[in-house]
Amino acid sequence: MTTSQSSHTLLKPNRPVGITGYGAYVPRYRIPAREIARVWAGGKGGLPIKEKAVPGLDEDVITMSIEAARNAMARAQIDPQELRAVWVGSESHPYAVKPTSTVVAEAIGAVPHIQAGDWEFACKAGTEAIVAAIGFVGSGMAEYALAIGMDTAQGKPGDALEYTAAAGGAAFVLGPAENGLATINATYSYVTDTPDFWRREYQKYPEHGVRFTGEPAYFQHILSSSRTLMEELGVSAKDYRWAVFHQPNAKFPQRAAQMLGFTPEQTAPGLLSPVIGNTYSGASIIGLTAILDIAEPGDRILLASFGSGAGSDAMDITVTEKIDARRDLAVKTQEYIARRTEIDYATYARYRGKITMK
Amino acid sequence: MEISRHWRLKQQRYALVGEVCPHCDVKIFPPRDVCPVCGGEAKTTFAFSGKGEVFSYTTIYEAPTGYDQTVPYTIALVKLDEGPMITAQLTDLGEQPVEIGMPVEMVTRKLRNDGDERGVIVYGYKFRPAWKMPSQA
Ligand SMILES: [Zn+2]
Repeated sequence: MTTSQSSHTLLKPNRPVGITGYGAYVPRYRIPAREIARVWAGGKGGLPIKEKAVPGLDEDVITMSIEAARNAMARAQIDPQELRAVWVGSESHPYAVKPTSTVVAEAIGAVPHIQAGDWEFACKAGTEAIVAAIGFVGSGMAEYALAIGMDTAQGKPGDALEYTAAAGGAAFVLGPAENGLATINATYSYVTDTPDFWRREYQKYPEHGVRFTGEPAYFQHILSSSRTLMEELGVSAKDYRWAVFHQPNAKFPQRAAQMLGFTPEQTAPGLLSPVIGNTYSGASIIGLTAILDIAEPGDRILLASFGSGAGSDAMDITVTEKIDARRDLAVKTQEYIARRTEIDYATYARYRGKITMK
Repeated sequence: MEISRHWRLKQQRYALVGEVCPHCDVKIFPPRDVCPVCGGEAKTTFAFSGKGEVFSYTTIYEAPTGYDQTVPYTIALVKLDEGPMITAQLTDLGEQPVEIGMPVEMVTRKLRNDGDERGVIVYGYKFRPAWKMPSQA
């Protein structure tokens, strides 16, 4: 069977879709990377980030998703009963069996006439949910859909991932473009089977294939999704005002940006991993919320997520004039980042359930 | 196991949904279907804003079963902007001292496990120091 590849490379709905509302969440506690190095590396060695966000004892992906969803709904200015889907992407859903999304939907008053479901694809579960929501709205089946990417990621004590595995994320209301504070022009996803990072059932901490994490996984997928999207749209880095990439540390997204031709000025507002860590399903999209907090009408944004296993969703977004009236309707991402209480490793170990009580 | 009770209370617990009296407009929380002021029937649901202030508080060091993993924590009497007074935990205090009259706002958090870590997780309202929004300066 022969098909024209370019005819269905980009994902574009028949009915234009936009971002009606967006909301971030970052918990208030921070553990500096140097504090983790003090415990596990004698304080020596380079640090991948400055510090990471840690959830409080009463927080999990459900509670954090509820707050991000409330922020997104405050900006969207729609009745929660107009939502036809509540979808939450995460690799740290509180239950093995029992959806996160139903609790979130109940808490924001969106039940019962909705689709609800939890998405999993390592760190790109959130953008996977967004792309599905674009299809749901773009087909006309739904007027509005809520897609969330949120995580409370854990790294094995002493492992390289412990320095960066953090908590946070973002929620987006997708709706018709004419009511959007930003329009999603197109998306493109690039997916292969790559064994770079995984966690088996009943295991508390993930494993990673050290030699696989960089080139064949992160860079191959993010560069392929971004390049294909830009080529198909006939644009290049200079056509964008801002860009944001999945950020497992500070270095990877900056190198990917440089390889794609973006300047540090284009990526600075969305580069949050140095101060909140890798928020997994939330990482690229919380960067997008920080960009939307400062963006001007007409600004064009490139976003590319990455999920181990592996895949990348790239999105081409244009901000509309509706941004100005909506961005102040909820707490801004940098305000969450500024609300900060530093904790030591012992408090961190208690908050993250690393101390065995029985 | 109290699963049915948790299920029945979920709206008021997750989102501070109470009632408003159709006769005298008094806001009621928790919902009780009868107006405490005029005695009339009051079954109209009302979603509270979640804004209020600390009326009184105490810190718990010896917690009842189910809450012992989060000690020490602070319990407050919160006077909601719409009138009712409710009891709830304060959260996200950081190093911030609690004061009478402190503005607070509702957040939905984990309250406890029903039984042990095999049981359902009970979610509900707590209050944290209110954000000062630029738009509300
Ligand atoms: Zn009355």
